[in-house]
Amino acid sequence: MSVTTTGGNPQLNRHGELKHLLTIEGLPREVLERILDTAAPFTEVAEREVKKLPLLRGKSVFNLFFENSTRTRTTFEIAAKRLSADVINLNISTSSANKGETLLDTVDNLAAMQADMFVVRHASSGAPYLIAQHLAATGRDHIHVVNAGDGRHAHPTQGLLDMYTVRHYKKDFTQLTVAIVGDVLHSRVARSQIHALNILGVPEIRVIAPKTLLPTGVERLGVRVFNDMREGLRGVDVVMMLRLQNERMQGALLPSTQEFFKSWGLTPEKLALAKPDAIVMHPGPMNRGVEIDSAVADGNQAVILPQVTFGIAVRMAVMAMLGGN
Amino acid sequence: MPAPQLPDAEALCAALAEAMRARVDPAVTALVGIHTGGVWVAERLHAALGLKIPPGSIDVSFHRDDYHQRGLHAGNKSSQIPFDVEAAHIVIVDDVLYTGRTIRAAMNELFDYGRPGRIDLAVLCDRGGRELPVAPTWCAHSLSLPASQMLALERADDGRLSFRLMEK
Repeated sequence: MSVTTTGGNPQLNRHGELKHLLTIEGLPREVLERILDTAAPFTEVAEREVKKLPLLRGKSVFNLFFENSTRTRTTFEIAAKRLSADVINLNISTSSANKGETLLDTVDNLAAMQADMFVVRHASSGAPYLIAQHLAATGRDHIHVVNAGDGRHAHPTQGLLDMYTVRHYKKDFTQLTVAIVGDVLHSRVARSQIHALNILGVPEIRVIAPKTLLPTGVERLGVRVFNDMREGLRGVDVVMMLRLQNERMQGALLPSTQEFFKSWGLTPEKLALAKPDAIVMHPGPMNRGVEIDSAVADGNQAVILPQVTFGIAVRMAVMAMLGGN
Repeated sequence: MPAPQLPDAEALCAALAEAMRARVDPAVTALVGIHTGGVWVAERLHAALGLKIPPGSIDVSFHRDDYHQRGLHAGNKSSQIPFDVEAAHIVIVDDVLYTGRTIRAAMNELFDYGRPGRIDLAVLCDRGGRELPVAPTWCAHSLSLPASQMLALERADDGRLSFRLMEK
């Protein structure tokens, strides 16, 4: 048994190539840009007669979802299938975990079934990292781990697809003002976005939220905090809306969803304060009439559906890069 | 071993076009160049033969057979096939023909867009060393090089093509 020490980022192998994708935080800018560059040709695969590439042929990808998510699981499944992998979906919230099996026992069992890649969604922050560490410590680090969202920590592929979307519409990160709006406190998406935007050199990242939905010390991530939505949206190039995560809320953080919409919902009138060519993004699923008005969600500044399409290409690129490293 | 005399790439482009002329139909034949050198050669041939269909380009990264050894490297480009592949007469164009593996990958890539009616292969230079049963339909020059050497086509700022020999 040997513990692999990479001497730095546990996501990178000794050549500095991506071995796992656990978080965007701490990724070198060139690795981040390489993922975005690699994703571009994958977007065109969807236009082909045959929407399938042989890169992961003969490989088994296990979608380990300890927390429900239809959309993310589906896009990972499509991405892996378009790379010709065999995909096995496990919704563990409804299976062995309920019978008392530990996370690492589950991983050991699936590794014994010749898994090549784990795509992990877990309610606890750090679960994918724990799995990667365990695989390394038991000499099985040929198995790759992709974080599909862990607790409040990170959702790196969402962050990447958001960056791909921004780059697609805005080209240059270094001239942009980007606003992230809503429930930052519970959002792993927001954390991944903030890290990615910082790494890619966005000069102004704004976070717009009520004080009760902001993590303490959020400024230390390199963002400007606005508690007034109108003020925060003024002159921005990109508006990234977050989903109000009612299911994660404990206690009375909000008066009501109607009240929330009044102060923090993105309406056409508030959006008019942003630059005229500003784009509106949302990671889905949307709560219409809570964080976003239907007129904005269906309006011509929204790029929410392109985000979904780009998400498949970005996940294909990530899995193809990991599978070859 | 003394360095072999490298052929003049511009002259080979012209010779290749002449060799192809009798068997291409400018109205229906389509060229696809393999990134990067093959794309440059395809542009030359397209102009010299006066073909109507715009040339396509192919990046073989998605179908390389050494992906599991070498991984997916940055700089892969998108294939651009600006015509309907179904039943088309297509000429795959490359600068150097070596093991044949790139051509195999290029054919796989083409078939992802449809079922071509016929595929031909045109290359500037065949350097020997085939590892797959691939033979060019047209080849402007042949030479034999040891595996330790790499022959590559380069394009100067003024657009001139030339060959360069490198030690691996």
